[in-house]
Amino acid sequence: MSALCRDCGYRTPGDTATRCGQCGRPRLLRHCELDSLTIAHLDCDAFYAAIEKRDNPAILNQPVIIGGGHRGVVSTCCYLARIHGVRSAMPMFKAMKLCPDAVVIRPNMAKYVAVGREVREMMQSLTPLVEPLSIDEAFLDLAGTERLHRASPAESMARLVRQIEERLSITVSVGLSYCKFLAKIASDLDKPRGFSVIGRQEALSFLADKPVSLIWGVGAAMAARLERDGFKRIADLRAVDEKKLMARYGDMGRRLHALSRGQDDRSVSSQSIVKSISAETTFADDIEDLMRLDRQLWPLCETVARRAKAQGMVARTIHLKLKTRDFKTRTLSRSLPEGTQLADVVYRHGVDLLRSAANGTAYRLIGIGLASLSPSTGADTQDLIDQASNNRAMAERAIDRVREKFGQKAIGKGRGLKQS
Amino acid sequence: MKLTIERSALLRALAHVQSVVERRNTIPILSNVQLEAADDRLSLTATDLDIEIQESVACSVQRAGATTASAHTLYDIVRKLPDGSAVDLTFEASNQRLTLAAGRSRFALACLPREDFPTMGFGDRPTGFRISSEALRKLIDKTRFAISTEETRYYLNGIYVHASESSGVAVLRAVATDGHRLARFELPLPEGAAGMPGVIIPRKAVAEVRKLIDEDEGMIDVGLSDARATKIRFAFGDKVLTSKLIDGTFPDYTRVIPTGNDKKLSVPAKDFAEAVDRVSTISSEKSRAVKLNLERERLILSVTSPENGSASEEIVVNYNGAPIEIGFNARYLLDITGQVDGEEAQIELADSASPTVVRDSGDEHSLYVLMPMRV
Repeated sequence: MSALCRDCGYRTPGDTATRCGQCGRPRLLRHCELDSLTIAHLDCDAFYAAIEKRDNPAILNQPVIIGGGHRGVVSTCCYLARIHGVRSAMPMFKAMKLCPDAVVIRPNMAKYVAVGREVREMMQSLTPLVEPLSIDEAFLDLAGTERLHRASPAESMARLVRQIEERLSITVSVGLSYCKFLAKIASDLDKPRGFSVIGRQEALSFLADKPVSLIWGVGAAMAARLERDGFKRIADLRAVDEKKLMARYGDMGRRLHALSRGQDDRSVSSQSIVKSISAETTFADDIEDLMRLDRQLWPLCETVARRAKAQGMVARTIHLKLKTRDFKTRTLSRSLPEGTQLADVVYRHGVDLLRSAANGTAYRLIGIGLASLSPSTGADTQDLIDQASNNRAMAERAIDRVREKFGQKAIGKGRGLKQS
Repeated sequence: MKLTIERSALLRALAHVQSVVERRNTIPILSNVQLEAADDRLSLTATDLDIEIQESVACSVQRAGATTASAHTLYDIVRKLPDGSAVDLTFEASNQRLTLAAGRSRFALACLPREDFPTMGFGDRPTGFRISSEALRKLIDKTRFAISTEETRYYLNGIYVHASESSGVAVLRAVATDGHRLARFELPLPEGAAGMPGVIIPRKAVAEVRKLIDEDEGMIDVGLSDARATKIRFAFGDKVLTSKLIDGTFPDYTRVIPTGNDKKLSVPAKDFAEAVDRVSTISSEKSRAVKLNLERERLILSVTSPENGSASEEIVVNYNGAPIEIGFNARYLLDITGQVDGEEAQIELADSASPTVVRDSGDEHSLYVLMPMRV
């Protein structure tokens, strides 16, 4: 059985070699199903921290914690900080107690999103079937790409990892298997900079002694319940037939039955179903004045409308979200008789909702959301009575066409201009 | 107050008036029906402050008087009494209880003073006319489906009724629109309606009047409260419905009715409606778009649903114009064709983005306008 070198891609023949026959490095992958597994899970290692270290070599060898933002929790920490016991979602003060020397950096989301997008684009050049789970991880289905890339999925993934490291100077971990469930588990086995393979043959034995909490969808509460019912290890679940599990846990029972046997038929889907579209903004200073709130609303309406148009969706429900000075969230909603994707319509309803909320309360955040989405076929028909709204709709479509050609900033409504 | 009344007469009257009472009320007395007994008649009144329905029924009054009690409770009790029973209603001012006795059943209901019951003033009537229940029924049926439910355009939440002229003939015209479709119906102007101002009758009043018409043949007296016409009153023999009118200006609908649509098509109304209904089955969306492909003597209806698939059906039609493709909301098409009494629906098109006119071959008094959808 030949071995795949993760550093140069060379296949070293034979069952015994521990170093690559070409580059001499020891990071070899050897698995009897290596070239037949097609589902991969790619996860960036300590993503935010890795980017900050990349951009500031001075902190390369120091523990780095990204966080300290609004809620004062760790959002990511580098592996050096993890040695001290720092974890994601840990309160900042606790993290600092564990690791007083840590460099704390406020998250710079715009930067992370940009890098995340680059990673995603590189994945998409490998296969169109990329299902992002978050900014820094995704499933890939590489079935049928062997001829195109002249490489097996494992080889393609190893090459992708090398490219990401070279171009973006961050590291990633990969899990390769025959289903999403095991691919995701695999990517976590050997972090950071890992590449793990779980094949069909060892799937059952691999899962057998693992805790039930490893199963996708089993959280702390469900795990406790399962343990109470006598299911501690995944193998315990295999002793019971599907009907019994379903009788006890409903739909979850079906999932437990299948996943405990390493069966997961969920496909990798590049199009997740969009249920709602929203945008919000937090003000530098709290605002209570209707006119000033109104001015914040319009660009958000343009943003959600742009996304709805890009998705080819219309919304029949509009939510206005406001957060007061003391962090209380208020949501006002309205159902529309007809779906819309026009910023103008969203804005007019939004302002109408806003009027009832602008009663002198100081707000720190405003947001607008679209829900009850459906395909846009036939929506936003012209109104028989309200010619002005028809004209506004036509103007918006015209603005969209200009922007498509010359960019977002080429043209806009006066309402969107910054007040001087 | 003390009286005896036949169960069925009381039930019928209660059924009429209780329908205006809201199920949940923040003002307790609005849950009640006012009962007034005098001169061998019982008068029942219920209101939601926008509409008031009053009905008077014959009974045997032993002692005149008045009170108010829960309309829905009273209605439910009387409904459950055996058919043919005689109902004794007694109100004792001393304990503020209305006692209802029938056969061996006895009920004592809590009451609220009749002095607190809000009544709708009406004033004198500068304008009034008589209309047959048949004509009023038609006027409502042909237009009410197009009433808007959009709160922001409250002035579209009713039927606009006004005196007008149609090719030299004075008519009473009713119009309703929600911005997507418009329904217009007219009938010869009844005597006395000539000077009436245009009024917008709110949706709930339209529904209540329509229910009362179903039970009443004959003439209906329609009155407008005062010069500003803030209220309207429909008197059906023993029943009187008074409603506030929508205080707003109905838009100038005449300019949205196209006059120059030159592509004229005639379709068998029933076949067309059935075909629209059939092809739209394929789509599960709320607003289903039906595409009409029109060629010489041939109309192809089709619906495509991204999830479910597609459907199409061909109909032989009478058409000689240029081929055209146009889309409509299936429900709107069905609403309109459902009102066509004649054999044929006459559809007048301009282009795929302009308002389309639908006429009824069996009824020259009705006209519909429908806005196409982008398909």
